[in-house]
Amino acid sequence: MTSSTVELLRQKKKQILTGWMNGQLADSQLRDDLMANEDLHAQSEKLLDTLFTVLTDDSLDHPDSASLNPLVDMLSGISKSRARQGFTPRETANYIFSLKDTLLETVQFALKDNPERLVGESLKIGKFIDSLGIITFETFIQGREEIIVRQTDEMINVSTPVVQIWEGILAVPLIGTLDSSRALLVMESLLQEIVNTGSSIAILDISGVPMVDTMVAQNLIKTVSATRLMGAECIISGIRPEIAQTIVHLGIDLSTIVTKASLASALKHSFRLLRLDVKKVPTSSSDGLAYD
Amino acid sequence: MERIPILKMGQFLLVTIQVDLYDRLALELEENLIRAITRHNPRGVLIDISAVSIIDSFMGRIFSNIARMAQLLDAETVVVGMQPAVAITLVELGLPLKGVRTALNVERGMDLLVNKVDTNENATSND
Repeated sequence: MTSSTVELLRQKKKQILTGWMNGQLADSQLRDDLMANEDLHAQSEKLLDTLFTVLTDDSLDHPDSASLNPLVDMLSGISKSRARQGFTPRETANYIFSLKDTLLETVQFALKDNPERLVGESLKIGKFIDSLGIITFETFIQGREEIIVRQTDEMINVSTPVVQIWEGILAVPLIGTLDSSRALLVMESLLQEIVNTGSSIAILDISGVPMVDTMVAQNLIKTVSATRLMGAECIISGIRPEIAQTIVHLGIDLSTIVTKASLASALKHSFRLLRLDVKKVPTSSSDGLAYD
Repeated sequence: MERIPILKMGQFLLVTIQVDLYDRLALELEENLIRAITRHNPRGVLIDISAVSIIDSFMGRIFSNIARMAQLLDAETVVVGMQPAVAITLVELGLPLKGVRTALNVERGMDLLVNKVDTNENATSND
C-alpha cells in the first residue's frame, strides 16, 4: 500500500484510456463529423502518454509546476485546434473532464481498502484535472480570439484597395466606417502606392462611407495633407447629399480640399490637371473596324 | 564635421540631404541656405529629402521657416522626395507644411520650378 497514486495510475493506463474513450463516446453530443473516432482515440492516447510521462506525486500537488509544461503545451495545442475546427466550449471542456471520472474510478477501485487516503487522493486528482480544465478553456478562447483578430485584419486589408485607374492617377474606393486605425492604413498604403507608381493625383472616393463625423473628416483631411506633402494632389469624390449636409452642419471646413460629387467628375478634373483630353474618335472606314 | 552641400544650378539652388538630420545640422542648413540665397539670388530652391527617414516637430518647423525666408527673398521652395512615413509623421504632428511646395521626386520638382519661373516671367513681361 506504499506505492504512490501516480504509479498506481500509471500501471492502469490501458484501463484508463479505455474508460476515458468509453466516457467520451458515450456522450450523446459527441460529434464524430468533426473528428473521426480513431483520431480521437489517437489524440487521447497521446495526451495520456504525455500525462504519465511528466506526472509525479509532487506535480500532482502543484499543477502549475514547470515539469508539467509538455503536458500544458500539448493540451493548449489540442484545445486551439478544437477551437479552429469548430468544437463548442462545452465539448472541449467535456473532453478533459471526462478523464476525471475515469481517473477517480480507478483510484476508487485501487484504494477501496483505505477510505481516508482515497478521499485525499480524489481531491488531489479533482483539483489537478480542474486546473487542466482551466488551461483548456483559456487556450480555447485564445484560439477563438486569434481567429477573430485574423478575420479583422483580413477585412481591413480587403476594404482598403489602392488602384491605379490611369497613368499617374490613383483611386481609393473607401467602403465602411473610416476609424483612425483604418485611416492610418489607408494613408500608408496610398502613400506607398504613390511612391511605387509615381502618381501625381489621388482620388479618395467616399461614396461607400456610411457617415461622416468630425473624426472621419479629420482623418480625411490628414490623408489629404499627407498626400500633398508627398507632392501629389488629392481629390475627395463621392460626396452624397446627406454627407454634404452633415459636413456643413458640423461646421467642418473642407474648402482647402478639392471635392467632387462623383468619381467620374474627379477623373475629369484629374485629366484637366494632367492636361489630358478624352475625345470620341470619329468613325472612319478603316478605324471603325479596329474599335468594334 | 558634416555639412550639407548647397549646389547652384543655373538659376536654382539644389540641396540634397543625404544624412539623417539632427537639430544643429538643420539649424546650420537654414543659415547656410539663406546666406546662399542672398549671394546667388536664385529663382528657386529645391530641397531633396528622400534620404531623411526620421523627422520631428523641430525639423518640420525648420523646413517651413526656410520656405518662408526664401519666399521673402523671392525664391520659390520645393521640397521633394518625402518618404511616406515622414509625411504621416508630419501630419500626425499637426505640421502640414502650409506654403511649402512639394513634389514626388527631383525631376518633378525641377519641372515645377521651371514652370513657376516661366509663368512669373511671362506675367512680368506682360506688365
